[in-house]
Amino acid sequence: MSKGQSGLGKSTLVNTLFKSQVSRKASSWNRDEKIPKTVEIKAIGHVIEEGGVKMKLTVIDTPGFGDQINNENCWEPIEKYINEQYEKFLKEEVNIARKKRIPDTRVHCCLYFISPTGHSLRPLDLEFMKHLSKVVNIIPVIAKADTMTLEEKSEFKQRVRKELEVNGIEFYPQKEFDEDLEDKTENDKIRQESMPFAVVGSDKEYQVNGKRVLGRKTPWGIIEVENLNHCEFALLRDFVIRTHLQDLKEVTHNIHYETYRAKRLNDNGGLPPGEGLLGTVLPPVPATPCPTAE
Amino acid sequence: SHQRKWADKEYVGFAALPNQLHRKSVKKGFDFTLMVAGESGLGKSTLINSLFLTNLYEDRQVPEASARLTQTLTIERRGVEIEEGGIKVKLTLVDTPGFGDSVDCSDCWLPVVRFIEEQFEQYLRDESGLNRKNIQDSRVHCCLYFISPFGRGLRPLDVAFLRAVHEKVNIIPVIGKADALMPKETQALKQKIRDQLREEEINIYQFPECDSDEDEDFKRQDAQMKESIPFAVVGSCEVVRDGGNRPMRGRRYSWGTVEVENPHHCDFLNLRRMLVQTHLQDLKEVTHDVLYEGYRARCLQSLARPGARDRASRSKLSRQSATEIPLPMLPLAETEKLIREKDEELRRMQEMLEKMQAQMQQSQAPGEQSDAL
Repeated sequence: MSKGQSGLGKSTLVNTLFKSQVSRKASSWNRDEKIPKTVEIKAIGHVIEEGGVKMKLTVIDTPGFGDQINNENCWEPIEKYINEQYEKFLKEEVNIARKKRIPDTRVHCCLYFISPTGHSLRPLDLEFMKHLSKVVNIIPVIAKADTMTLEEKSEFKQRVRKELEVNGIEFYPQKEFDEDLEDKTENDKIRQESMPFAVVGSDKEYQVNGKRVLGRKTPWGIIEVENLNHCEFALLRDFVIRTHLQDLKEVTHNIHYETYRAKRLNDNGGLPPGEGLLGTVLPPVPATPCPTAE
Repeated sequence: SHQRKWADKEYVGFAALPNQLHRKSVKKGFDFTLMVAGESGLGKSTLINSLFLTNLYEDRQVPEASARLTQTLTIERRGVEIEEGGIKVKLTLVDTPGFGDSVDCSDCWLPVVRFIEEQFEQYLRDESGLNRKNIQDSRVHCCLYFISPFGRGLRPLDVAFLRAVHEKVNIIPVIGKADALMPKETQALKQKIRDQLREEEINIYQFPECDSDEDEDFKRQDAQMKESIPFAVVGSCEVVRDGGNRPMRGRRYSWGTVEVENPHHCDFLNLRRMLVQTHLQDLKEVTHDVLYEGYRARCLQSLARPGARDRASRSKLSRQSATEIPLPMLPLAETEKLIREKDEELRRMQEMLEKMQAQMQQSQAPGEQSDAL
């Protein structure tokens, strides 16, 4: 799921994430789009393949988030959507005759786009992440980072990390879920130095030093998306896809979903006996193994 | 040289008037009030520093997000005296920190509108007062409104703000941090903004037509400048030295350096030329002849309506209340004069009454009471 005010390059970045070196139909962004009056939730499914491995990827966009004059509680539709997916999964799980492979529409990762103001987080950013970090894995990303010099980037990232810490916002990878020392060491480095990733996205290619590269061409130079000297897109891509994809799913299933499930069962426990989730007594449910990538 | 030209003909000498005006203006100096508005993080302060080669925002502290959760919009004024080539300018900058910051920005533009009107109010009072020789003009002559390069044009908040102030101040829209955009994106965004301004019927400052007797080059340059509105600007407080080129203000990235004064990189030069070099005086004149006059006419018209005088005197007392929409008032100086005169009269009458009472008590027999006065 990608979140943030319109115009921060969310669609382009997601295209870039899954397009680079992976051939697939890019979804187009229409420049004539009007800002919707309320937050919309748009889910689009893709099947992408690489090296014989197929992945069913669902990208959920939230146009309209943070664009209005009064953005109070604009995260509620999103929280609701996420919980609805947990509910769907839960209903399938408690079914007596349930499917062998439960269709998993749960949100495994939420990329939150921070505007590159160079100052600090905006109050809306804080409010959103405070609420949503409790129900979904949030990966904060600094959008359109080609407006910041190296110095400005470094200072901004430091300030954002500090603000998140001071406000008790746990972004993915959450400290409390580090499984072992190896995990902790690796994740500490990512948490304290790399994140939030300052990214630039592009779906256009240019010729640089004889190579075709994804980038942005300006009168003062070409910004290469996959050049680590220019931005951290490659770090984000490797992090989300190459190293932590499975972990994102596991944390969603073992932690966020379980939290939701426990709360639902507790609430349900308040009802008179005989009334289960589907009008029947709840059978004891053995924990389902975490679904692996297909 | 004028004298030499006219030496053969008879002349009165008023061809020297422009020189006289010039000398008087230079002696008097110029003052200009510029408001800078737009959400935080769009490079407003950096641009102002670049425009006027100042360091006005050195001591500024930008509060953290959690502090801004409950922050309300404040209006800050900073003054600076700039001198260049013998010409003195007293520049007042009006800043609006907190604008567009909160989660709920409803009505956040009202304090700005009120501020602009208060300056008109003050001027109206001064103009109607007794000492008009040294009126301080604190009216806002121009508002540079910063639009985000990250959005897809004007946002609802931008539209709301512009609609609230466009009849009260000269608006010059600019796109901040324009180095976020590739040239095609800049053009598309500018066109989108222009379309939106037209759709929403927002009146921005109209740069006047250049005189018909100007040469073609000048006319072309003038048209080019007008077409580049909203100006896509980049500011910088850093000087970059690139090899053999002369040092200039710029932003150094790993992929290249943006030069603030390079017309192929951004419209900074256009903005500076139009705002400072050619249209400073026109901005002041439009403020006085059009915007202020409009305010004054509305004010006096509503005073002429019945019941308006009562409202006006009551509103003077409650003017401090933040929720009160300021109503047009009688010029303060005149009211005070009237009050003083009435007080005098009352005092004289009181004295007379006391005298009469004393006289009557003296002529009365003790014990008798008088029931007449």
